[in-house]
Amino acid sequence: MIGLLTGAVLVLMGIAIWQINNIYQLIQNKLGNKRDDSQIANEKDNDLQGKLMFAFLVFIYVVTIYCFWAYSKVLLPEAASEHGVPYDRLLWISFAIILFAQTITQALLHYFAYKYRGINNRKAFFFTHDNNLELVWTVIPAIVFFILIIYGMVTWSNIMNFNEDDEDAIVIELYAQQWNWKARYAGQDNVLGDANVRFLNDYDGRNTVGIDSSDPNGWDDIVVTQEFHIPVNKKIIFKMRSQDVLHSAYMPHFRAQMNCVPGMITEFSFTPTKTTAEMRMNADVAAKVDRINKIRYDNSQKLIAKGEESLEPYQFDYLLLCAKICGTSHYNMQMKIVVDTEKDYNKWISSKEAFSSIMQ
Amino acid sequence: MEAKKDKNPRIRVKMESTEFGDLLSDKKKNDFHQVHHHKDTFITKYIFSQDHKMIAKQYLITGVLFMGFIGIALSLLFRLQLAWPEESFAVFDIFLGKWAPEGVMDPNIYLALVTIHGTIMVFFVLTAGLSGTFSNLLIPLQIGARDMASGFLNMVSFWLFFLSSAIMIASLFVEAGPAAAGWTIYPPLSALPQAQSGSGMGMTLWLISMAIFVASSLLGSLNYIVTVINLRTKGMSFFRLPLTIWAFFVTAIIGVISFPVLLSAALLLIMDRSFGTSFFLSDIFVQGEVLHYQGGSPVLFEHLFWFLGHPEVYIVLLPALGITSEIIATNSRKPIFGYRAMVASILAIAFLSTVVWGHHMFISGMNPFLGSVFTFTTLLIAIPSAVKAFNYITTLWKGNLQFNPGMLFSIGLVSTFITGGLTGIILGDSTLDINIHDTYFVVAHFHLVMGISALYGLFAGVYHWFPKLFGRMMNKNLGYIHFWVTAISAYGVFFPMHFVGMAGLPRRYYTNTAFPYFDDLADINVIITLFALLAGAAQLVFLYNFIHSMFFGKEAEKNPWKSTTLEWTAPVEHMHGNWPGEIPHVYRWAYDYSKPGQQDDFVPQIIPIGKDEEITEH
Repeated sequence: MIGLLTGAVLVLMGIAIWQINNIYQLIQNKLGNKRDDSQIANEKDNDLQGKLMFAFLVFIYVVTIYCFWAYSKVLLPEAASEHGVPYDRLLWISFAIILFAQTITQALLHYFAYKYRGINNRKAFFFTHDNNLELVWTVIPAIVFFILIIYGMVTWSNIMNFNEDDEDAIVIELYAQQWNWKARYAGQDNVLGDANVRFLNDYDGRNTVGIDSSDPNGWDDIVVTQEFHIPVNKKIIFKMRSQDVLHSAYMPHFRAQMNCVPGMITEFSFTPTKTTAEMRMNADVAAKVDRINKIRYDNSQKLIAKGEESLEPYQFDYLLLCAKICGTSHYNMQMKIVVDTEKDYNKWISSKEAFSSIMQ
Repeated sequence: MEAKKDKNPRIRVKMESTEFGDLLSDKKKNDFHQVHHHKDTFITKYIFSQDHKMIAKQYLITGVLFMGFIGIALSLLFRLQLAWPEESFAVFDIFLGKWAPEGVMDPNIYLALVTIHGTIMVFFVLTAGLSGTFSNLLIPLQIGARDMASGFLNMVSFWLFFLSSAIMIASLFVEAGPAAAGWTIYPPLSALPQAQSGSGMGMTLWLISMAIFVASSLLGSLNYIVTVINLRTKGMSFFRLPLTIWAFFVTAIIGVISFPVLLSAALLLIMDRSFGTSFFLSDIFVQGEVLHYQGGSPVLFEHLFWFLGHPEVYIVLLPALGITSEIIATNSRKPIFGYRAMVASILAIAFLSTVVWGHHMFISGMNPFLGSVFTFTTLLIAIPSAVKAFNYITTLWKGNLQFNPGMLFSIGLVSTFITGGLTGIILGDSTLDINIHDTYFVVAHFHLVMGISALYGLFAGVYHWFPKLFGRMMNKNLGYIHFWVTAISAYGVFFPMHFVGMAGLPRRYYTNTAFPYFDDLADINVIITLFALLAGAAQLVFLYNFIHSMFFGKEAEKNPWKSTTLEWTAPVEHMHGNWPGEIPHVYRWAYDYSKPGQQDDFVPQIIPIGKDEEITEH
C-alpha cells in the first residue's frame, strides 16, 4: 500500500514539474521574451553556471571542513602498538600533503571555471602547450611521491620484516572460520604444534583447531575462544590460519591486519603498548564510550517501551574483527582482545588448559 | 571514386585507403573494398545491425539505461539496510520476496546485492556502456572511416554483451540466490556452495555471463584497434587524432592484454568448482567435512583477478578522460593544453596499469617484498594522472567557457578525479593500507574515481554527442538540474564515508549493530543513505530528459557545439558509410579553437591550411 502511494506521489510530482515547466514556457512566450530554445548554452547560462561553479568550490571546502570537524571524533584513538606510532605519523603527513594538493587544485579548477565563463564575448587564448610547465608539474609531484614512497617502504619494511625466531616474542595463532575466531598459544616451548584441518574430527570434535597430536610441540598449546590476552610491551607474533574461506584478522587499534588463507600460514607481528585499562582512560576513548552509551541508553528506552530488555552499557575493549567477505555472518565475526600487565597475563594464561588435556 | 548520391537504397560505398594504406598494398589510392548495402529491414536496421552508430545506441540503451538503472536500484536497497539496519521496508518486501521475511533484509541477500551491484556497475555500465557506446560511435566518425573494420564482428560483440547481461539478470532469480562473494569473487568462498548458497547456481551463472562478456569485450577491442590503425582517412595521422580516439585505442589494447587473464581465472575457478581440480583450494574443512582439495592457493586467484582488475579500472577511466578532453576543449574554445603530454600520459597510465595490480593484495599474505614493489609502481602512476589534471585546469585558463551540460560534467569529472585520486595515494602506500584495507575508506576512494568520475564522463559524452546519436538536442535546463543535484549528492555520499572507513569499519558488513564500538557511526550512515537516495532521484531527471529528447528534443543542426572534429561534418541523418560522397580529408590537428588570424573561433580539421596561415601544430 505504502509502495503504491509512494509511486503515485512520485508520478504526480513528475507531472507537476512537467506542467510547471510548460506554464513557465507559456509565460515566457506571452511576455515576448526571446526564447532561446536552441538548448545550447548562451551567455546568461554561462554567467549563472560559472557562478555556481565557484559556489561549488565553497561547498567542497565546507563539506571537507564540516566532515573533519564533525567526524574526527569517530576516528581511531592513538595507536596501541609500537609500529602504530610511525604508521599514524606517515598517515597524517600523507593526509597533509593530499589536503594541500586538493585545496589548491580544486580552487584553480573552480575559480577558472568562474573567471573565464563565456560572457561579454570574451576571446579565448590560443595556448597549445608549454613543455617547461609540463616539466615543472611532472617533476614536483614525482619528487613528492618519491619521498612518500621511500618513507612508506622503510616503514613497511620495519613492520613486515620481523625476526621470526625472536625468543622473546610470544607466538599466537589466530584461527579463523565461518564465523568465529580462536586463538592458540604456543605454550612453554613457544612453538606451535603442527596443525591441519584433517585433524579437526579427532577427539570427538574437541580438537577445535586441528592440532596434529603426533607433534610434541603441540601438546602444550592452549586454545581459547571469546577473548585472548596479550601482555603489554611484549612482542607478539601472530600466525594466521583459516579453516574454510578467506578471512582477515583486523585489529584496528594496533594498526594490524593480515588475511587468513586456507592452506597457508600468514603472519603479522606487533608489540602492544597500552593495556586495556590504560586505553579506557584515554580521553578520546572515554569520550567515544560516553557517546556510545548515550546512544545505547536512547535505544534502550525504545526497547523498554516495547517490553524488551534494555541494552547493557558498553565498556571499551580492543577488538579482533573479520575484514574479508566470508559469508553470512561476516558482519559478526569478532573476538575480544585484552592487553594485560605481564602479571595479569601470566595469571590468565596459567588458568587455561593445554591441548594435552584433550588428548587424555 | 564517388558513391551515388541519389536516394537509391542500393548505395555502393567504397572504403578509401589512407596514406598508410601504401604500406599494405603497392598501389596508391586503392579501394579497400566495396560494400553493398541492400535495403534495410526493421531487423537489419534496429536489431541485427552492423552499423556502428546503431550498435553504439544499442550499447547505450542496454548498458547505461537498463543495466545502470538496475545497478543503482540495487545500491539503494542495501543503503537502506545500512542506514536503518534490520528495519522492515515495503520495498524489500516487493523486490526481495523470500529474501526479506516480514520486510527485513536477509544477511545473505545483502552480500548478493553488493556483489551484483559491483559487477553490473564496473563491467556492464562503465566498461560496455562507456567503451561500447563511445568507441563505436566515435571511432569511425572521428578518424574518417565508413564503419568499423568488421561490422559483423561488431554486431556479434553487442549481442554477446546483450546475452551476458540477460544471464547476469537471470542469476538474480535463482533459488539459492545470486553470486554473493563480492564482485571480486575470491575463492574458496566463491568456489564452494557449502560455504555460501550464492556460490551454487548463482555463481555458475555469474561465471558464464562473464565469460561471454569477456568474449564480447575482446571482439569489440579487436575491432577498435584494427579500425584505428587501418582505416584513418587521408591526412589523419596519429598525432592529428582527437584525444578520444587515443583513449579508446589504448583502452582497447589494455583490454586485449588483461581480459583474457580474467577469463583464465574464471576457467580455473570453473574447473575447481565442477571438475575437482585444486588451483585455488587447499586444506578446507566446511560443513563438518574435510574437502579433497590439496595444493592450491586463493592468492593465485587474487593475482589473476587483479591482473585484469587493475587495468580494468583504467579501461573504465581512460575513455572518460578522453571524452572530457574533447568536451573541455570544444567548450573552452581553446586547444586542449599539452596534447602530446596528454597522449604520453595515456600511454604511461596504460603501461603502468599493468604493473600495479598487487596494491589490491598488500595484506593477502604474499611476500612483503612484493608490497614494496607495488607501492613503488602505484605511486608512479599518480604522476601521469596528475599531469592530466593540471592540463585540464590549464585548458580552462583564459578560455571562453561555454557551460553546456556536457561541460559541467567534464569539469565535475576533473574535480572528483582529483579528490578520489589523491586518496589513492594513501591506499597505494602498503604501510597505510594495513589499517584501511577492506574498510569503507576503499569504498569511498573507488566510488569517487570510478563511480562518480567515470560516470560523469559517460554523462558528459551522452549530453555532448546526443545530437550525433539521435539528431536532437537534450534539454539543457534539465541537464543543469541533473548535474548540480548529482554533484552535491555525490560528495555528500562519499566524503563522510572516508571517515567511516578510518574509524575502522570494514566493508561488506550487513549491519554495524553487532559492534557497540560502531554505534556512533550510525548517524553518518543515515546521512550517506539520504544523499544516495537524492542522487538516485536525480538520475530520474536524466532518464526523463534522455527518453523525451530522443523523440521530442529540439532538432539538431549539423555541428551544434561548433567543434573541429570529423564527426560533426557528417550529415545529421544517419547513413551507412557516414558521408555521402568522398570521405573528408584532414589537414590539421583537432584543436584549432580561437586560432589567431582565423575568422571563426574554430577551424574544422577538414579545412586546408590557409595561404598565409601559420602551421603551429602537427
